[in-house]
Amino acid sequence: MRPTPWLHCLRGVVGRELLRFLHQRSRFLAALVRPLVWLFVFATGFRMALGVAMTEPYQTYILYEVYIVPGLVGMIQLFNGMQSSLSMVYDREMGSMRVLLVSPFPRWYLLICKLLASTLVSMVQVYVFLAIAWAYGIQAPALGYLFLLPALLVTGFMVGALGLLLSSLIRQLENFAGVMNFVIFPMFFLSSALYPLWRIREGSYLVYQIAALNPFTHAVEMIRFALYERFNMEAVLISVSVAAILLALAILGYNPSRGMMARKGG
Amino acid sequence: MNEVAEERSEARPALEVADLSFAYDRKPVLEALTLAIAEGEFVVLLGPNGAGKTTLFSLITRLHDSRHGEVRIGGFDVRRQAVQAHARIGVVFQQPTLDPDLSVAQNLDYHGALHGMSRREASSRAEAQLARIGLAEQRRTRVRRLSGGQRRRVEIARGLMHAPRLLLLDEPTVGLDIASRRDLVEHAHQLCAEEGVAVLWATHLIDEVRPGDRVLVLYRGRLLADGPAETLSERLGVDTLGEAYDRLVGEENA
Repeated sequence: MRPTPWLHCLRGVVGRELLRFLHQRSRFLAALVRPLVWLFVFATGFRMALGVAMTEPYQTYILYEVYIVPGLVGMIQLFNGMQSSLSMVYDREMGSMRVLLVSPFPRWYLLICKLLASTLVSMVQVYVFLAIAWAYGIQAPALGYLFLLPALLVTGFMVGALGLLLSSLIRQLENFAGVMNFVIFPMFFLSSALYPLWRIREGSYLVYQIAALNPFTHAVEMIRFALYERFNMEAVLISVSVAAILLALAILGYNPSRGMMARKGG
Repeated sequence: MNEVAEERSEARPALEVADLSFAYDRKPVLEALTLAIAEGEFVVLLGPNGAGKTTLFSLITRLHDSRHGEVRIGGFDVRRQAVQAHARIGVVFQQPTLDPDLSVAQNLDYHGALHGMSRREASSRAEAQLARIGLAEQRRTRVRRLSGGQRRRVEIARGLMHAPRLLLLDEPTVGLDIASRRDLVEHAHQLCAEEGVAVLWATHLIDEVRPGDRVLVLYRGRLLADGPAETLSERLGVDTLGEAYDRLVGEENA
């Protein structure tokens, strides 16, 4: 096939995702209100209890609000990725997933298009959130907002691929609520999104070890460093590798003969 | 696409299924199914719920794979030549698959893109298909506001946008009133005659079979009969297709 049909396919999938997003205003509002509540309510309260000491990549003592912004960016992407795969489960029941999968393009390409589409939607949410935070006074260096882009792409693919993989394993919509509880919350709370790792270590060594192994921690650190114009090699390598592994597993999960689709009848 | 491949596709039947078997959890759903459908042929796949109709469609469209048997579309193997095979299939699924929040045009553009069409090409093809079904005016209407019959026709229009050689319809009349059902059956026959597209129409409703249709009776994953509606009842010495069907299924249960 020539390259242009592939681009048309990508345009179609991304265009549809953006249109759906625009039509679901309540989803956009919820996606925005959630991190803002954390920022304005939770962080304000905790600022009194938890001053954050100087820690990389920050060059001065920072307020707690400043610390949790990258974690909340990760949270937006985590929820969006899971919601997008929730819609995959829903779509599959409604049948529009089938429309995607009977396209003549290879399945791996279709799934990557779908992931890219949901990642772009999450980027829109993130930048709107950061604009509000900026107006509130939480301002990162200008270039940081640019360096953030590739970090968001990697995180979006990581959580999106995880969601896809889960959606290939779960057939019933009801089961997905369980996934929210057993995947989203642990991933978010057992990470460096809310507290620096060294502080978690002071509290509990076990929780610290889990948080250090959690790929979401590395995604959040990648985002944090990028926003402050720094490159955290370790975080980037781990995040990219985890994203690649999850993507490969998700593609395998949607393979008609080897994956779960064949066994469960999708 | 090279010309040799194109020629091959013209010469071969629209659909060939050879010795196809499939099982869920070791429970057989389809057993050694073999059938062929020629270009421009209208074929009704008749069978009760659970006969294996949807599974057959899933295997043809490669939503699932089977290691036993072969499916070819215009000569192209759905597993080894998936791109060419898929490009020649149009599908109307049992469940509605249009996005209710998007307009008719947006839904059709999405489908066109999934077949590698530019926006302009998708739009002109969509327009042609919508004009044929008399819904050109509704291009900008949200799907949510269309009637059930209109939605089905839009789905058929969508399935034909990429000029497939085989159109699969999986119980497309589910949930429609009698008049819309009759219109839809009529519409599909017309397409078959005018476009030369082969149609495989799955249903459990005998009254959707018309004189002259070729009928395949599928029951518990096996093909019990294959032939024109009239000869089927003649062969079994009964008056109507309904009786023929009851006889076939009854023998199977005995």
